[in-house]
Amino acid sequence: MTRLAVPKTYKLYIGGKFPRSESGRVYPVTTKQGDFLANAAKASRKDARHAVLAARAAVSGWAGTTAYNRAQVLYRIAELLEGRRAQFIDEITASEGSSPQAAAAQVDEAIDRWVWYAGWADKYVQVAGNANPVSGPFFNLSVPEPTGVVAIVAPQAGGSLLGLVSAVAPALVAGNTVVVIANEAMPLSAISLSEVLATSDVPGGVLNVLTGSPAEIAPWLASHADVNALDLVGAGALDWVDLQIQAAETLKRVLPPENGPDAAAPSLHRITAFTETKTVWHTKALI
Amino acid sequence: MTSTELATRERTLSLLGGEATDSNLRRYLHGIPGVDAVGLEQRAAALGTRSIKTSSKKWAIDTIIGLIDLTTLEGADTPGKVRSLVAKAITPDPADPSCPRVAAVCVYGDMVGDAVRALGAAHTTPAQPGINVAAVATAFPSGRASRAVKLADTADAIAAGADEIDMVIDRGAFLSGRYGEVFDEIVAVKAACARPDGTTAHLKVILETGELNTYDNVRRASWLAILAGGDFIKTSTGKVSPAATLPVTLSMLEVVRDWHRLTGEKIGVKPAGGIRTSKDAIKYLVTVAETVGEEWLVPELFRFGASSLLNDVLLQRQKLATGHYSGPAYVTID
Repeated sequence: MTRLAVPKTYKLYIGGKFPRSESGRVYPVTTKQGDFLANAAKASRKDARHAVLAARAAVSGWAGTTAYNRAQVLYRIAELLEGRRAQFIDEITASEGSSPQAAAAQVDEAIDRWVWYAGWADKYVQVAGNANPVSGPFFNLSVPEPTGVVAIVAPQAGGSLLGLVSAVAPALVAGNTVVVIANEAMPLSAISLSEVLATSDVPGGVLNVLTGSPAEIAPWLASHADVNALDLVGAGALDWVDLQIQAAETLKRVLPPENGPDAAAPSLHRITAFTETKTVWHTKALI
Repeated sequence: MTSTELATRERTLSLLGGEATDSNLRRYLHGIPGVDAVGLEQRAAALGTRSIKTSSKKWAIDTIIGLIDLTTLEGADTPGKVRSLVAKAITPDPADPSCPRVAAVCVYGDMVGDAVRALGAAHTTPAQPGINVAAVATAFPSGRASRAVKLADTADAIAAGADEIDMVIDRGAFLSGRYGEVFDEIVAVKAACARPDGTTAHLKVILETGELNTYDNVRRASWLAILAGGDFIKTSTGKVSPAATLPVTLSMLEVVRDWHRLTGEKIGVKPAGGIRTSKDAIKYLVTVAETVGEEWLVPELFRFGASSLLNDVLLQRQKLATGHYSGPAYVTID
């Protein structure tokens, strides 16, 4: 007698919880060959709105943690990813149709990238900040501060886990909170990453994962007045010029789409792109 | 005795079949059929599932704004805080002049003068309807003070120019069955609402349903407050949890409906506290329309006691107007 497999219906990750889409919609996730793998929730614009609310509520807490603590929290995620390495390899092999070796290489690269970004948490301020020379008895210091809520369209091609991590980690490092639209065709590793986050020390709402159609959700996030920045790294196939125009209405910081194997390559620029520079003047002691 | 007091007394005599004593009131209030709690909650939940979209939602949102008693009841209130509250009451959304004004501002008694001055020409006058000033009185929120202090509190607010008085009932007396005492107090406060020119400020009676424990008690307290001459029955002070809930408001609306059938008189209802989102507020609109009828959806007969609700309603309003989601940075911080 053969056992009937129980395929999973994946849910969204919003505010530290796993709700279904308020629309009740799901869509099938298939293997490269078209075989059914699982159902994933198809997020609606209202789910996006809820996610932004959750992200906004989490900003003060996450941006308020010390950089050192943030680094530890992010590093801990890398540890948990390492612990669930086999699961990620299985999912990537199934959904992307890649060889187990290639999948393992992708997971390793994703973990390494996460560790690399975690290390920047208490260092990027020294590199991006500055003590400015001024003609007067003042210290003049410029320091980068997190922008707030960042909406990200994760890369829709290439490795699904690596693409997601490369887009999400740099935004989190500075203390931003994130609403990310996962890879539409291959959302499994994004959802598993949310399950990792839910059991880590990352406060609920810091990273919110929506699965579904970027073409449907991205315009709502781009025009949302409470989103402070937009990373269009995976929006190459969308009408991304229009998204940029909508984002400009509320003066969002925007990163353009990137394509090819080097998309969202690790760089300090991806961290500083979602920061605001604050400059303070402070009197020098007149001794 | 004034004429309103006489009228109240006459009506009470005819309904109770005697003076408003503890025993007569007890016989009357305990003779009211009990509340089917499960049925009530189920009905409230069912009314909350209506889907209100597009043009109906637009109408609902503007109606909600026009029904709000914009409230600040903090120990830390200052004249400046009241002035900014009033500015928001007059111009809820500075970016959109078509946005309606709220019904009233609700403040502590000592802030009434500041609110009246800040309202200026926007204040209600006999000639022209405008924004009312409501004052909480009678040792709000606990109601623990002597009758003399409560009446002085009320008279003070009236003298300062309050158009509406939100009084709290003595829950201790109500729960221990001293209905006559509660009744007399409402009658006395109502009398203190009289102005020298012969008009009377509207009296809202706060039942503080969160402390009454049962729906039966809410129903009895509602009857008691209406019998004693309250113009409005209000759920809560906002200082006790749970504050306004949909089932409690529904049960109060049912009393108002029954009273209207009995006497033809229209009593107002004001849920207060805990209503923070437009979604919640729309559920209340549906409940009112389905229980007592749409003619109750006017500021004279229905109010929301709220402070943070207005911001959420404005965000929804901006979303409907612009087609994209707005954020808290686009409304004022209270």
